Amino acid sequence: MPEIKQLVEELADKHGRTRESLLPILQDIIREERYLSDHALSEVARELDMSAALVYGTATFYSFLDTEERGRFVIRVCRTIACDMKGKKQIIKILEDSLKVKVGETTQDKKFTLLETNCLGWCHKGPSMLVNDEVYTELTPEKITDIIGEYIKK
Amino acid sequence: MQNNKLKRVDLIFSRDCPYEEVLITTLKKSNDEILEEILDSGLKGRGGAGFPTGLKWKFTAQEQDKEKYVVCNADEGEPGTFKDREILSQVPQKVFSGMAICAKIIGAKKGYIYLRGEYQFLKADLEKELEDFHQKLKKQNIDFKINIIMGCGAYICGEESALFESMEGHRGEPRNKPPYPTQSGFRKKPTVINNVETFVNTLMICRIGSKEFQKLGTADSRGSKVFSISGDTEKPGIYELELGMTLEAFVGEFGDDDTKAVQVGGASGFCVPRKKFKDTIIGFEGVPTGGSMMIFNSSRSMYNVLKNYVEFFKEESCGQCTPCRVGCQQLYEGIEAVKKGEKPATYLKTLQKLAETMKIGAKCGLGQSVGNSFFSIVDNFREEMIY
Repeated sequence: MPEIKQLVEELADKHGRTRESLLPILQDIIREERYLSDHALSEVARELDMSAALVYGTATFYSFLDTEERGRFVIRVCRTIACDMKGKKQIIKILEDSLKVKVGETTQDKKFTLLETNCLGWCHKGPSMLVNDEVYTELTPEKITDIIGEYIKK
Repeated sequence: MQNNKLKRVDLIFSRDCPYEEVLITTLKKSNDEILEEILDSGLKGRGGAGFPTGLKWKFTAQEQDKEKYVVCNADEGEPGTFKDREILSQVPQKVFSGMAICAKIIGAKKGYIYLRGEYQFLKADLEKELEDFHQKLKKQNIDFKINIIMGCGAYICGEESALFESMEGHRGEPRNKPPYPTQSGFRKKPTVINNVETFVNTLMICRIGSKEFQKLGTADSRGSKVFSISGDTEKPGIYELELGMTLEAFVGEFGDDDTKAVQVGGASGFCVPRKKFKDTIIGFEGVPTGGSMMIFNSSRSMYNVLKNYVEFFKEESCGQCTPCRVGCQQLYEGIEAVKKGEKPATYLKTLQKLAETMKIGAKCGLGQSVGNSFFSIVDNFREEMIY
C-alpha cells in the first residue's frame, strides 16, 4: 500500500493540489492501477486536503473513473445504435465465451474486465471497442479472436 | 430556397490554407473589423444549438473582466457524431488558429481544449502540434497558450456549463442559466466556448471573407457543415456539405434505396420518416444537426432504435434534476412494458406527456431534448412500438 501513497504524492506534485488537479490525478491513477481503490481515494483526499466524500462523489460521477476493481486490460465495447446494428451483440458473445466472463465482470486472473460503453465516436466503422486507451474498429469474429489472442499473450 | 442537389464543400479539411499567414494577417486587423466579418458571415455554432458565433464573441469581448478564457468543446459524445475527432486529427492547427483569433478579440491569454476521454489516443499528437503552434505564436509575440484537459466518459460534459464544472474538478452537473458563459464560464470568468468545427469556420471566414462564406447555404443556415454519416449506407464516413439541402437529396446520395428513416442530430435529435424526406431541410430553418446523420433501412426495428436512445439517456442523465433522472428511467421502462403487453398501447400517450414535461421541466439540454427522438419515433412508428 505504500506504493499508492507515493504515487498520489508524485501525481499531486505533478498536477498540483487544488480542486482543478483532482480529475487529472484520478485519471493518472487509473492509468497506473486501472481502478480507484478506497485506499487510493482516501490518499487523494488526504493529499489534496479534501473530504473523502467529495473525492468519492466526484470520481463516481465519471464512467471512466472506475471505483470497482478492474483487470489489467479493460475492454469497453460500444453499445450505441450504429455499432449495435453492425453486430455488437455477436462481438460481446465471442468476448464472453473466450474470456469466460459476462459483461461487467473481471476474469479470475484479473487480466481482463469486459464492459459496455456509450458511443465511442466510430459509428461509421462499427462495431468498435476500446482496450484501455487503444481503439479497435470494424470488428469481425475473426478480428476479435486475433486481438484477444494478442492480449492474452501479454 | 431549396437545394435539391448536394453540394460538396472543402473548407474545413482543406489543406490549402496557410493558416499561419491567415493568422498573422488577421491578428493585425482591429478587433472590430474581425468581429464585423464574423457577424456578417452569419456563422452559427456547429455543436448543434446554433447560437450566432459573432454575438457570443462580441458579448464576451464587452465584459470588463481582465481574466477571460477561450474553450474548445471537443467532448463529442452525441451518438452518431465523429467529425470533431477527424477535424482534430487532420487539421488541428486550424482549430488552434481559430481559438487564437477569438482570444485576441475577447482579450484572453489562455485557451483550453476539453477532449473526451474516449479520444485519449489523440492527445499525444495534439500536444506535439500545440508545441509547434505555440512556437509560431511566440515568433509573432502573441501571448496565448492552449492546454488540453481530458474528460472521463460523461456525455453531459458536452453541455457547456457541465464542461466548466468538470474542468474545475467537480461532478459534471450543469449550472443554472443565466448567467451565460459569456459572463460567467470557466472559473466563473467570461468565456467563449465553441465547438471544434466552429473555430475552424471562423478561421476560414477570416481567410475567404464573409461575402464568400455567405454564398454557401441559405439565409438561415450559412456555410457548410461536416456531417458524420453512419447506419445503413454504402458510404459511411465524414462529408462536408452545403447547408440547406433536403433530406430527400441526402438520402438519394447516401441511402441504400431502402431507407425508412433518418435520425438527424443524434439521440437528442429528430427522427424523420420517409414520407417527410421531401419537405425536410437540413439546417436551422428545418431540422438542425451537430453533424450526426444515422440512416435506417426497412430491416431495422424503430423500437430497438428508440430503446437504445432512451437507455443511453437513462445512463447519461447526470441525475441532478428529477424530471430528467426519473423521466428517462420511466420512459425506458414504459416503452418496454408496452412492447411486452404489460401496459396498454394508450400508455404511450402517458409517456408522451412525461416527455413533454421533461422538455419544460428539465434543467439542461439533455433532459429537454429526450423528447425530440421520443416524439418523432413514437409518432411516426407507433405500430412498431406496440407490436
